[in-house]
Amino acid sequence: MRIDEIQNEIVEEFSLFEDWMQKYEYIIELGKTIKPIDNKNKVDSNLIKGCQSKLWLHAELKNGKVIYTADSEAIITKGIAAVLLRVFSNQTPVDIINSDVDYIDKIGLKEHLSPTRANGLVSMVKQLKYYALAFSKI
Amino acid sequence: MVLISDMNFDVKKIRSDFPILGRKVNGNDFVYFDNAATSQKPNVVIESISNYYKNYNSNIHRGVHSVSQEATEAYEGARLKIQKHFNVRKSCEIILTSGTTHSINLVAHGFRELLNNQDEIIISGLEHHSNIVPWQMMAEKNGAKIKVIPLKENGQLNMKSFDKLLNKNTKLVFVNHVSNALGTINPIKYIIDKAHKHNAAVLVDGAQASAHFKTDLQELNVDFYTTSAHKLCGPTGIGMLFGKEDWLNKLPPYQGGGEMISDVTFEKTSYAELPQKFEAGTPNVAGAIAFGVALDYLNNIGFENILMYENHLLEYATEKLKKIDGIKIYGQSIDKTSVISFNIDGIHAYDLGSILDKFGIAVRTGQHCAQPIMDFFNIPGTIRVSLAFYNTKEEIDLLFDSLKKGISMLS
Repeated sequence: MRIDEIQNEIVEEFSLFEDWMQKYEYIIELGKTIKPIDNKNKVDSNLIKGCQSKLWLHAELKNGKVIYTADSEAIITKGIAAVLLRVFSNQTPVDIINSDVDYIDKIGLKEHLSPTRANGLVSMVKQLKYYALAFSKI
Repeated sequence: MVLISDMNFDVKKIRSDFPILGRKVNGNDFVYFDNAATSQKPNVVIESISNYYKNYNSNIHRGVHSVSQEATEAYEGARLKIQKHFNVRKSCEIILTSGTTHSINLVAHGFRELLNNQDEIIISGLEHHSNIVPWQMMAEKNGAKIKVIPLKENGQLNMKSFDKLLNKNTKLVFVNHVSNALGTINPIKYIIDKAHKHNAAVLVDGAQASAHFKTDLQELNVDFYTTSAHKLCGPTGIGMLFGKEDWLNKLPPYQGGGEMISDVTFEKTSYAELPQKFEAGTPNVAGAIAFGVALDYLNNIGFENILMYENHLLEYATEKLKKIDGIKIYGQSIDKTSVISFNIDGIHAYDLGSILDKFGIAVRTGQHCAQPIMDFFNIPGTIRVSLAFYNTKEEIDLLFDSLKKGISMLS
């Protein structure tokens, strides 16, 4: 699926929730079920700076597509990371560079992507793009 | 035990003084438990700022015109209120700064020139980042050594270690009156008396203390004391540094500019008398006036009443939160202000803080700018609930219920 198609799918899914509690319960569930990062990649060099909770992001290029894995000590952060990776992982570097994260606003989780929140998600999105940019030059 | 109903304390009336307490957050009544970060402002303080700008805004100390006189009198009047509140001998010993961080930097800058590489300073292990960095910057310049008073498991400073750290080379001891992360009240009178026996000066950061109780600086016999107005219902960007006159005369000026000079030629400038020596440039006139109004407001309620009510709330909240499975409260000193720093087993502070926010409850999560304390407890951070005299038992009940809901969502 293309990035925008997945984003639309997520927006549609979230529109079914009646209140924030259902939404958060879903995010927490996603946080619990996200494919874990390999222990060998849970290293300091993969840590995202500036967060209240530790957040790791790993990226590798496989058959022309970027595969991301992530982990966080905080379950909500991890769940939102899962929502981000569902969109960006397994896409080509060029498609990742040319996409945005407006859908996070649309599903009502904007506050978690605020630079003042210090949860590392803003830095994570930046880092996702840096990886894609680096891979696009290979 | 004194019951709130027995006290001469009408919290409902007090709450009506604070417009922000009536707002909604995420569709819920706003519950503000982040008072150690900054306090909310009563109408009288907010109005004093607009009244200044509407009616007598003018630059101070230099105008011959009437409005400038009025502004100068109000600004200097604020200094007198601060002097009276802290029972300071002379008004020139009160320097109006932009806040505690500014005050500490002012003193640390002065000691940069007064100390050399033989000298030592002692700081407490309970310090806020803003309190550690200026001394490190000072030590980089003059080579003085920084020693740290270690913590005990209950969040108190280890006074036996402090006694051992003091020696003839100790020139300055720096400690906060109350820890921002844990609420521990430090034994500053003991520290001051001991330090003075070794001829060391003492600077106390009162930012977390001033909102909760009154401090008599003459009785304390402290050399420097500082606080920020925004912690005690005043505006941001204004605070005070008290320094004993002899010490303030010894310290070199911190910033150059207008107001702080008495005579300027291109060859040499002589500095103004205290307090102007340390108040370069046009000061925060509106802020100072509002600071004075905030002190009046709190003194009208009475600090004895504030302390008694807050202690009552603290006791109620502590007992209630202890009922939550897996809770660990950090900093269980008997002497503490109305701060509860805690974690729930298996749950990250950020997650719980995010859910409490959805319920309209504002708490602080993270390291509270005090990483060394978090390292001591070997935790990434805590949830900090800091109470003020305008909080209520009902709000604590709401916190308890919301915590339970949050924990069940996250477990």
